[in-house]
Amino acid sequence: MSMDKEAIQKLGRLSRIALGDQQAEQIADELSNILRWIAQLKEVDVEGVAPMTSVLEAHAHPRADIVNDGYAPKRVLANAPQEIRGYYIVPKVIEQDTT
Amino acid sequence: MSKITDIDLGGWEMVIGLEVHAQVSSASKLFSGASAAFGGKPNNHVSIVDAAMPGMLPILNEAALRCAVQTGLALKAKINTYSVFARKNYFYADLPQGYQISQYEFPIVGEGTIEITLDDGSTRTIGIERLHLEQDAGKSMHDQHPQYSFIDLNRSGVPLMEIVSKPDVRSAFEATAYVRKLANILDYIGACDVNMSQGSLRTDINLSLRRPGAEFGTRTETKNLNSLKAIRQAIEVEAWRQKVVLESGGTIDQETRLFDPVKFETRSLRSKEDAHDYRYFPDPDLLPVVISEDWIAKIQSSLPELPDQKIARFQQEFGLSAYDADVLVADQAAANFFEVVCASTTPKIAANWVIVELFGRLNKTDLSISDSPVSAQGLAELLALLEKDTISGRTAKDVLDTMFSTGKSATEIVKKQGLEQVSDTSAIGAIIDEVIASNPGQVQQFRDGNERLLGWFVGQVMRQSGGKANPSIVNQLLKQNL
Repeated sequence: MSMDKEAIQKLGRLSRIALGDQQAEQIADELSNILRWIAQLKEVDVEGVAPMTSVLEAHAHPRADIVNDGYAPKRVLANAPQEIRGYYIVPKVIEQDTT
Repeated sequence: MSKITDIDLGGWEMVIGLEVHAQVSSASKLFSGASAAFGGKPNNHVSIVDAAMPGMLPILNEAALRCAVQTGLALKAKINTYSVFARKNYFYADLPQGYQISQYEFPIVGEGTIEITLDDGSTRTIGIERLHLEQDAGKSMHDQHPQYSFIDLNRSGVPLMEIVSKPDVRSAFEATAYVRKLANILDYIGACDVNMSQGSLRTDINLSLRRPGAEFGTRTETKNLNSLKAIRQAIEVEAWRQKVVLESGGTIDQETRLFDPVKFETRSLRSKEDAHDYRYFPDPDLLPVVISEDWIAKIQSSLPELPDQKIARFQQEFGLSAYDADVLVADQAAANFFEVVCASTTPKIAANWVIVELFGRLNKTDLSISDSPVSAQGLAELLALLEKDTISGRTAKDVLDTMFSTGKSATEIVKKQGLEQVSDTSAIGAIIDEVIASNPGQVQQFRDGNERLLGWFVGQVMRQSGGKANPSIVNQLLKQNL
């Protein structure tokens, strides 16, 4: 499997990362190499094995519905670029009308 | 609301699927111990999990899982013993993770059904496609500053159930009936507080038009409607827009739209094709959720009586009409109120007084049943006086008015104002003798065959008695004496 420049540009847009033409070409090559290497896994016979997302045969252990966190706005906002009256302040983001 | 008010689309048929986001009634968030309560000071109901600090581990809330299973069972749906949380990737300022934790390939609940009642009394089954758990996003405020948006993460991570219907809905009326019924069920099982104005029930509408029997057309999605009125209006406005586009030879773009209730139009949002590429993948921070059949059975056996079951019981046990049963059950508080009144009153009388007299007065004063100045016991006491013939029906309505405005009990009002009905035949007889003696002309006309005059005589006797004579005894004695 390989990735072309267009696929990389699309991923860039989705990830909000601006990529120059040259950069995209370079990343396409690098990613293609990585994907080719990973593609070796396809040679393993997994007939009858359910797809898994973890190597552990474990499942979730839910917690009780208790409020025991929060009420620490200073800690939460410690890395905010800017703060006013306890809110995160970000450049205005309103979804654009496209009509 | 009636089907008659559905707009005429000139031969086009609407095909509608609904996605309802219901906030789970839980104390804490889906994956953290921060409070899930509405409101609060900005960024106070936030743990560092909800703020998406690197390295934090989400842990599933058991109550949210239980609510999802409960709701699934109430929708007669398949419960999946194996489900998986996935990341839905998109960028927005109030989504600190850069992805929403949701369920994709393996939702907790599969296919189910909801029965809705149409205005002719018949029922229709709307299919449920799935129900899954997901996180809510934070809240953005754009009107606080000319250059900046303000972000509050209190809502970030609050547990939601997304309930997705099949494309079975065919009109705005059916859509509102569906959401109303779903809200009714969620209220009965206590899985959601169904407070629409606080956003605990938000609906997205997928709508397309087609000629009846044809293939489905291209659909649009109108997002985030939080009242039944907005749902109805958005459907009609969007259906009309699509009709105009199609009839002028245009095509519908598959896109997300926003309903503007002021301009009465829907507008396109993020229509760029990339926007919907969410690149779902299983969340590596969360292990698969495995639940046992035993646990599901336990939840099943603890489910309360559901609306459809209660409607059937009210008809069988109390002999109520389908309409009366439906009206009472549509509001859990009203159904409970009725059952208290009913315990000491003839059920049909109780239903009539709750639906006509009490609801009428509550509507006029814009109160809900839980704020009623007259309690269920209070109304039962009034109806007991009516059924014992202590007061007449006419007097009972006046007494209810006084109870409503003063909060005093029926017995107290009747005693104080001397409203007891006179059923003593000799006392009524004396009044009748007097009326007959002083109206010889009318007596003669009646005896000559003008039977309609009986009503006039009843009126005279009632007036003489100050409205207190028992009308059925007056009737009976008048017939004998004339």
